[in-house]
Amino acid sequence: MTSLPEFLKELFESWPLLGILPVWFYSIVAIFGLLFLFLFPFAGVAVYVERKIAGDIQARIGPNVVGPYGILQWIADALKLLLKEDIIPTNADKKLFILSPMLIFISGACAYAVIPFADNVILANLNIGIFYLLAITSMVTLGLILGGWASNNKWSLLGGLRAAAQVVSYEIPVALSILTVVLVTGTLDMAQIVKMQGPFYWNIFHNPFLFISACIYYIAALAEANRTPFDIPEADSELVSGYNTEYSGMRFAIFFLIEYAECFIICAVATTLFLGGWHLPFFDLSSLTLGLRIPLQIMVFMTKSILLLLTMMWIRWTLPRYRVDQLMKLCWEVFVPFSFACLIGTAFWMVLFKGKGIPELILGLFVS
Amino acid sequence: MVPLILLVGRYLRPANPDPKKLSTYECGELPKGNSWVQFNLRFYVIAILFLIFDVEIAFMFPVAVTFRQWVTSSQAKGVLIFSEIILFIAILLIGFVYAWTKGDFEWIKGLQKKQIDPRFRGDDLK
Repeated sequence: MTSLPEFLKELFESWPLLGILPVWFYSIVAIFGLLFLFLFPFAGVAVYVERKIAGDIQARIGPNVVGPYGILQWIADALKLLLKEDIIPTNADKKLFILSPMLIFISGACAYAVIPFADNVILANLNIGIFYLLAITSMVTLGLILGGWASNNKWSLLGGLRAAAQVVSYEIPVALSILTVVLVTGTLDMAQIVKMQGPFYWNIFHNPFLFISACIYYIAALAEANRTPFDIPEADSELVSGYNTEYSGMRFAIFFLIEYAECFIICAVATTLFLGGWHLPFFDLSSLTLGLRIPLQIMVFMTKSILLLLTMMWIRWTLPRYRVDQLMKLCWEVFVPFSFACLIGTAFWMVLFKGKGIPELILGLFVS
Repeated sequence: MVPLILLVGRYLRPANPDPKKLSTYECGELPKGNSWVQFNLRFYVIAILFLIFDVEIAFMFPVAVTFRQWVTSSQAKGVLIFSEIILFIAILLIGFVYAWTKGDFEWIKGLQKKQIDPRFRGDDLK
């Protein structure tokens, strides 16, 4: 069980020049590789796919001018945003205005450190991985409220306040459903959580309570990332664009990029915690050779995450927006009690069946 | 990362500010007053509640990590740790129920409690 930099180091040990390079070199390579080869293009392509899906759902064509089927649209968008004038309003609090996108970027990008794409392909194999993730994603709130406040604009301020209240409230159901998983797996290590699940024993099938808490996690995480139907902080029709009304050009692009990056993090975490990470049912990938295993595992992991991401986009263009008071009510009076019930239910199940899940129990029937 | 992107952009993008462009956006109208005014911190109570819940969750994590080990080792240990979790949550839930009955989760609490003037209630329209 090693992290990606150490794994790369081991892999290139026998090579003439690459073998003598220290671990920190590999970690820098890995970080930049992840940022430039995965995060930025992925967010761009996600925007393109989302626009295409929106087009399909609303019986339009969607982007179709730049490149075949408009597939290069995201590059054009990125270039356009880079070349746009950067406006900082005279009334704004300049320092905080500049700080806000940076904070959001830091918290969004740092969360990628503990996503286990495959066996050994994890940037930092922390033994408190999921706890770290909870902590680092909470920092987004800080960025949002700072951005909303510093803009000195009524829309932004209202958006920032709503975002703070919403993200903070939905943090609790999210944390509680993660806690439920931790009860079952008994570890906070992301790679270990995936290893525990094996090809058959996915956490979502462990017991009925975990199934409910997986649903709660997905919905509450949607709200945490300010996605429709919970996008009241940036409700276009009432608040213009919420906390990022005053941002333009590249600064706006950062907000946008991190929104999509965060959506992927949510899906990746859901995959890791509930859907067995890189495991395929009925087929043990770990018996394959190294060269075949790692690409396959990454593909399985990405397929699961992207299916969840597409569901997210589907939800966005299908459901109407919630009202602020309904949103708070939904969180505190439905999700929090239910996730507590799931927590206690799972704990009870664990005591009753000595930690065995439904698949294990069924398998036990056949063996005996 | 972010400063780097912005620095690259600085040499590529135009910069011709003028006072109108730099003013606050309010749908084309001239902005009225400053937005840094006193506002109703509706989520103040929610923030406090969040703090309590989050601390509780943070304390639950170490218990959750050892939970599996205890449960699989023996029945008595499992029952013990289960009752501990129940006790821990029950204490919090008492406060939660109190906040619920007080109506702290209602976003428009202030408006509902206000007595509506009978003249504006629309009874006389019937």
